[in-house]
Amino acid sequence: MGTAIACASLTDTPEQRRDLLLSVIEDYDRDRSNLIQVLHMAQAIYGHLPDEVLRTISAEMDLPFSEVSGVVSFYSYFTTKPRGRHTVQVCLGTACYVRGGKKVLDTLKELLGVDVGQTTPDNAFSLEVKRCIGACGLAPAVAIDGTVYRRVAPGRLKAILGKYE
Amino acid sequence: MIHLTVDERALLAEDGETILQVATRNHIEIPTLCYLKDVHKTGACRLCVVEVEGSKTLVASCIAPATEGMVVRTSTQRVRKARKVLYELMLSDHPADCLHCERNQSCEFQRAGEIVNVRSARFEGRRSRALVDDTSPSVVRDTSKCILCRRCVTVCNEVQGVGALNAQHRGFTTEIGPGGDLLLGSAVCAFCGQCTTVCPVDALHEADSTAAVWKALADPDKVVVVQTAPAVRAALGEEFGLPPGTIVTGRMAESLRRLGFDYVFDTNFTADLTILEEGYELLGRITSLFRSKGAVSDERLAKLGLPAHLPAPVLPMVTSCSPGWIKYAEHFHAPLLDHLSTCKSPHMMLGALTKSWFAERTGIDPKKMFVVSVMPCTAKKFEITRPEMENGGVRNVDAVLTTRELGRMVREAGLGFPTLPEGRFDNPMGQSTGAADVFGVTGGVMEAALRTVYEVVTGRPLPFDRLHVAPIQGFERIKTAAFTLSEVKPEWDFLEGVEVGVAVTSGLAGARVLMDQIAEGKSPYLFIEVMGCPGGCISGGGQPRLTTDEIRQKRLEAIYREDEGKPIRKSHENPDILKLYSEFLGQPDGHRSHELLHTTYTERRRN
Repeated sequence: MGTAIACASLTDTPEQRRDLLLSVIEDYDRDRSNLIQVLHMAQAIYGHLPDEVLRTISAEMDLPFSEVSGVVSFYSYFTTKPRGRHTVQVCLGTACYVRGGKKVLDTLKELLGVDVGQTTPDNAFSLEVKRCIGACGLAPAVAIDGTVYRRVAPGRLKAILGKYE
Repeated sequence: MIHLTVDERALLAEDGETILQVATRNHIEIPTLCYLKDVHKTGACRLCVVEVEGSKTLVASCIAPATEGMVVRTSTQRVRKARKVLYELMLSDHPADCLHCERNQSCEFQRAGEIVNVRSARFEGRRSRALVDDTSPSVVRDTSKCILCRRCVTVCNEVQGVGALNAQHRGFTTEIGPGGDLLLGSAVCAFCGQCTTVCPVDALHEADSTAAVWKALADPDKVVVVQTAPAVRAALGEEFGLPPGTIVTGRMAESLRRLGFDYVFDTNFTADLTILEEGYELLGRITSLFRSKGAVSDERLAKLGLPAHLPAPVLPMVTSCSPGWIKYAEHFHAPLLDHLSTCKSPHMMLGALTKSWFAERTGIDPKKMFVVSVMPCTAKKFEITRPEMENGGVRNVDAVLTTRELGRMVREAGLGFPTLPEGRFDNPMGQSTGAADVFGVTGGVMEAALRTVYEVVTGRPLPFDRLHVAPIQGFERIKTAAFTLSEVKPEWDFLEGVEVGVAVTSGLAGARVLMDQIAEGKSPYLFIEVMGCPGGCISGGGQPRLTTDEIRQKRLEAIYREDEGKPIRKSHENPDILKLYSEFLGQPDGHRSHELLHTTYTERRRN
């Protein structure tokens, strides 16, 4: 269901997205114990969770805004800012870290001109850090939009990013 | 019964009792910080750790239940060392500017450091938060002082049902706040200030008005008028170490005079006035209902002492003296705002009368007047800034001091409060009845109103023991009473046999229940009293810290003692109120009253 929503949302109008969100909340019985699932779906629909979306969820589920916002800001999975067209994830799990993941990250920060959790001004890339993506044998690893790049040397990064502009 | 050993003593515990409770009951003192009896326990700060035989780690005694055969040691070398380290870690993220902190010597964090005997601050590091949010006229939030105990979160969400504060972010960057880009001034906050009464440090406190008041007192061109709410006299003494429940009315009046106020009035006077205004408004709404059914003619109206323009028959009517409740209602029950009485709260009425009636009598230019209200309340600081709270281009009230702030000013002036002689209020707004005293406690406004309304309609006093409506007294969340009107005066004959149902609640969570009933069309009541703080104004957001259940009870008893000690106990018998109507206002709920003493409400965003 989550995937279907994510795919459908790309072409949706604001009204359609809102209707979809309201039907998701309805599906979850407006039950406050389902808040995290609803937020998951909402992020799939909107790509991120701006205050306006949180306000709608807060109103429809009869939860204080501060509580909804508290949950969103607690989990690193949720983001309140729009993501770029491409998501660059640098693995800093133990294996990647000892094999130079930190240097890879620093180079990416420099190339993209943004810090971790930020998006480039042209909205092309969002930079994230992951704690082990399960590719320890390929360390240091970087994933872009789900595609894993193995044994990434900092010198290769410019060429890799070039494929995505 | 559970048998356990604490510090080599064999002790008994009830089912469900925590180690801390058992220890405290047996005079074994375990230091605590985030724990707040009857309100909050999460085991967050861990200062209350103890050693339990068989447990690998230390145990937070505030949340660990006592179990059969448990062997507890509350002050071993390991425990003492752990507490010191825990304290030092908290201290490493605290400004420690104690000497000029508002909570200097009243800070629970400071006291805990003294108790666990910390004499070093070994850990230095980054500070996590540094936001001073002074966007609300009532409550200031200083995140640099916050120790993340979450007492305010519990009070705001569970006790008050508001939810303006919750933990945001995670780990080192955790912050207690309204979330998103919101600050308190723009958040869905009632400004009740209950958070400021439970904060152990200076992270939440009332917005300061002492500087503005000192400045006005020092200005030779200003005529500075002060008034005091009913609940202040039942708690102010605690600021000076007097036992809870000490009534300090006379000493309070004397201290205000010595601080330099030109006129010392009593908000109790306008509490009596509120009863007349609100009582007649209620009768007007009820009569309006019967009139819409053709039961009340024009000639009849004139005989009843009601204005020709009756209010709409919107019932139940709900009291409007508590500005925290009002702001909450504007956010959470916006479609039901016409159920609120249109009466301004008593101190706003006194401000409006000071700058009209009293100004006329004395020839003092209202623009030169500076009216200060001493209130048990933080929401009143917001209330005076509401755009509708002015008449003829002058604000009704210029500054609000909490009970705590008055305490601070009296200490600063070195007045030796406990030894002050009994002073008196000034006339014409200094005399009040017992009905006004009970405004300070939950159920009081209702009782005071019933004392008057019942007598207006039947010609007889309220037929209850010592004029008290027992079912609506005390600290239960929702209290109700019902009685039938019989043998009414001839002009009120359309009310013969009518059953009057009333409900009383204090604390905003209870208000929500009663308002939801109205929204569903299921409210069986004619009149509802809501006070925004649990227990009413005696435990308002501006009262001395901390308000435990025992202290609340003592203040309540003091209020009823004050009531029963008054020669006049019904608002409509206050001779100065009667004079005010004959000289100036005309009739209750009449034209002039509406200009000066009534107000309107604003719909606000809920999320």
